[in-house]
Amino acid sequence: MDTTAFTFVVFFGSLVAGFLGALTGLGGGVVIVPLLTLALGVDIRYAVIATSSGAAAAYLREGFSNIRIGMFLELATTLGALLGAHLASHLPTRVIAAIFGIALLFSAYFSAREHPKISSDQTPDPLAQKLKLDGRYPTPEGMQEYHVRGVPLGFSLMFGAGTLSGLLGIGSGAVKVLAMDRAMCIPFKVSTTTSNFMIGVTAAASAGVYLRRGYIDPGLAMPVMLGVLCGSMLGAAALIRLRTHVLRILFSLVIVALAIEMILNAIKGRI
Amino acid sequence: MDDRRIEKAISILLRGGVLFSAMVVLCGGILYLAQFGNRVPDNHVFHGEPTELRSVSGTIRAALSGRAGGIIQLGLLLLILTPIIRVVISVVAFAAEHDYMYVTFTLMVLAVLLYSLTGA
Repeated sequence: MDTTAFTFVVFFGSLVAGFLGALTGLGGGVVIVPLLTLALGVDIRYAVIATSSGAAAAYLREGFSNIRIGMFLELATTLGALLGAHLASHLPTRVIAAIFGIALLFSAYFSAREHPKISSDQTPDPLAQKLKLDGRYPTPEGMQEYHVRGVPLGFSLMFGAGTLSGLLGIGSGAVKVLAMDRAMCIPFKVSTTTSNFMIGVTAAASAGVYLRRGYIDPGLAMPVMLGVLCGSMLGAAALIRLRTHVLRILFSLVIVALAIEMILNAIKGRI
Repeated sequence: MDDRRIEKAISILLRGGVLFSAMVVLCGGILYLAQFGNRVPDNHVFHGEPTELRSVSGTIRAALSGRAGGIIQLGLLLLILTPIIRVVISVVAFAAEHDYMYVTFTLMVLAVLLYSLTGA
């Protein structure tokens, strides 16, 4: 396979991954990294880095995001991403592959589950009030107020999410769900759009470190970035017309299979 | 400016920045395939890129001299810069609302991002 063929394979793979990632809200990295490492034999660090530089392209949708929550939590995710990007160059590939597999399993688990119902009659939390994190968002029944809680736990979990995305090149959606939906009780619509709003900034922090260290291979990053971008735009357009529940479950099964494959390869030391 | 209008402006900026950087990457990519298209790719073992492409100024120099890798790298750099500009706009927006706590938070995020690009 020459470079032209390789580039087109990576492009179409990234396109499909970006499409599925946008439909399911998991991002393209969960498919691209296994595709590059398992199917095409690319060093996992190249795969991770190409993906996280391409992932910045996937944050096009915004809506009911809460800028203050986003900016406050970005403090945690960017610092985490710096740490993750440093770790990526020091840890052996099989360790990264194993952590990746485990993160995939969690992502699949959380993506297949229903979103938690959040009651709207909560009392305000003093720390969240001090940080002005409470907000409102439009619903069919008019503007709905919400109160944020669990700020220290949410902040720590988001630091972990940032570390994982710097290390693995994926959006670490599962940790985000844990932090924003469960720990901080942010309504699903708000947490999803706020986290989309944050992806680019978090990815920029780790991509900056990779670029400075000379880890970004232009020939590999090019088809990944263009593919993810096209795929996620198509996915965002299709999202309006498709029922995603069945797709979400199917996608979770694919992710579980990829996760097991990654972990097995890591144990056998073939990655 | 109210929050909704700020968000609208930011969203237009993000789309514009992403599409522009994608165009630059595409141009570099076409050139890259024209030059190296029939070589065998070498991604199996991790090795660093030339030092030239490790800094902002070196990337711009390589891109201006028409090297494919440099142009792609410049596009990726623009992609990284897009959210950074968004953070800068947020600083201004919070300052306009006299919300100095969030001006401070946003400046801290900006400092982390600039550190990652220049100092890490």
